[in-house]
Amino acid sequence: MIQFLVHEKSDTVGVATVDIPSGEKVKGLYMDTQQPIEVKALKDIPLGHKIAVKDMQEGDPVIKYGHDIGKVVAKIKIGDHVHVHNLKTKRW
Amino acid sequence: MGYRRENGKVGVRNHVVILPLDDLSNAASEAVANNIKGTLALPHPYGRLQFGEDLLLFFRTLIGTGTNPNVAAVVVIGIEPEWTNRLVEGIAESGKPVKGFYIERNGDINTIAMASRQAKEYVQWVTELQKTEVSMDELYISVKCGESDTTSGLASNPTVGNVVDKLVPLGVTMSFGETSEITGAEMVCKERAATPQVGEEFMKVWNAYNDIIVKFKTDDLSGSQPTKGNIRGGLTTIEEKAFGNLQKIGKKTKYVGVLKLAEPPKGKGLWFMDTSSAAAEAVTLWAASGAAVHLFPTGQGNVIGNPIVPVIKISANPITCQTMNEHIDVDVSAILRGEMTLDQAGDKLIEMIVRTCNGRLTAAEALGHREFVLTKLYVSA
Repeated sequence: MIQFLVHEKSDTVGVATVDIPSGEKVKGLYMDTQQPIEVKALKDIPLGHKIAVKDMQEGDPVIKYGHDIGKVVAKIKIGDHVHVHNLKTKRW
Repeated sequence: MGYRRENGKVGVRNHVVILPLDDLSNAASEAVANNIKGTLALPHPYGRLQFGEDLLLFFRTLIGTGTNPNVAAVVVIGIEPEWTNRLVEGIAESGKPVKGFYIERNGDINTIAMASRQAKEYVQWVTELQKTEVSMDELYISVKCGESDTTSGLASNPTVGNVVDKLVPLGVTMSFGETSEITGAEMVCKERAATPQVGEEFMKVWNAYNDIIVKFKTDDLSGSQPTKGNIRGGLTTIEEKAFGNLQKIGKKTKYVGVLKLAEPPKGKGLWFMDTSSAAAEAVTLWAASGAAVHLFPTGQGNVIGNPIVPVIKISANPITCQTMNEHIDVDVSAILRGEMTLDQAGDKLIEMIVRTCNGRLTAAEALGHREFVLTKLYVSA
């Protein structure tokens, strides 16, 4: 059973399709290539929230749908919960 | 099955609308709707001392609402005769039965009595109109999402996109918009225009909207756009929301033109309309542009409806489909479990469009959601 989906191969985040508990090794799927991926969750990640599939430094772009969706404002490790505490818009 | 109106347009509902010109005429309009069963009053807060572009939009929206093919006949009530007649004449151009009444020198009670007699005649006339066999390509369908979350971008919006890719080639007229909510993905949207000129027109509209936001914003808009509901559902930035939003126009369909707020499409195909992203405002504008059906994917569960247009709700969020079951017409949460393909979900939604046209009340209609919200551009004089 898949626990998260990643839109495209170049994305740095996936989306939890179930509630993911911290510490659990979770299985994901790249939707474009149908390739599987496994990540260890570092935090609880509620259904619909983003899980990092790559390490990211402050100032890096976060990539989803193959596009830049904002900048990293606090260091992100693989398996981290990515949301308003570490990702901000580049607009407005 | 649908109702063919005097101007050839096809509707899927058969409303008699009691349309107030202005805020002052809401009470009389609601009294008429209360007197005469089977009529529908559309109270709203505007119509006084508006001017310039804002006044033109106001009349375009009200005339468009009365002209919508889901409406069979209209009773207009206004405070004074001149603007009342302007609204009546605008609706009458569609060939539809419409009659205006005004309150000054009559008072509410006499106005209500005269308008009620007319409304009763209309109700008895429209209830004998018969639905006829119509072709799918005579439909005009608008699309807009609300209280989106990441499941919208993964599944419910791509389901609508799949329907756009299937129906537009069949000759169905469709429209999308939400100008502010394309921010971050505006270059991708520009590329989806049928010609470079249409792409430039889109950019002009998008830039004008963005200028307004930049002028009036006091922070990064977090909480407004994305909304608090979006954020609760896992969406973090406007860019992320925008790429999810654009999934609604499918993978290959190109839009053929850019429409002003509440402007009817000038032909078949997919059209971009300049709208706000607030659900009731935007759906009211599409209804005024003549849409007969609206497709509304939601993540966290926006409950919006429209008084004259059936709003079909689609959700892929399993929590929403479970806890807000009564609001959802098409549950596509199986996509997230890998148990349904987008293609199957699109077919399921098309089947629901057909059932809705044939008379099935949508969840929003059955629950009495009649949000009618006019867009106002600036202060009144």
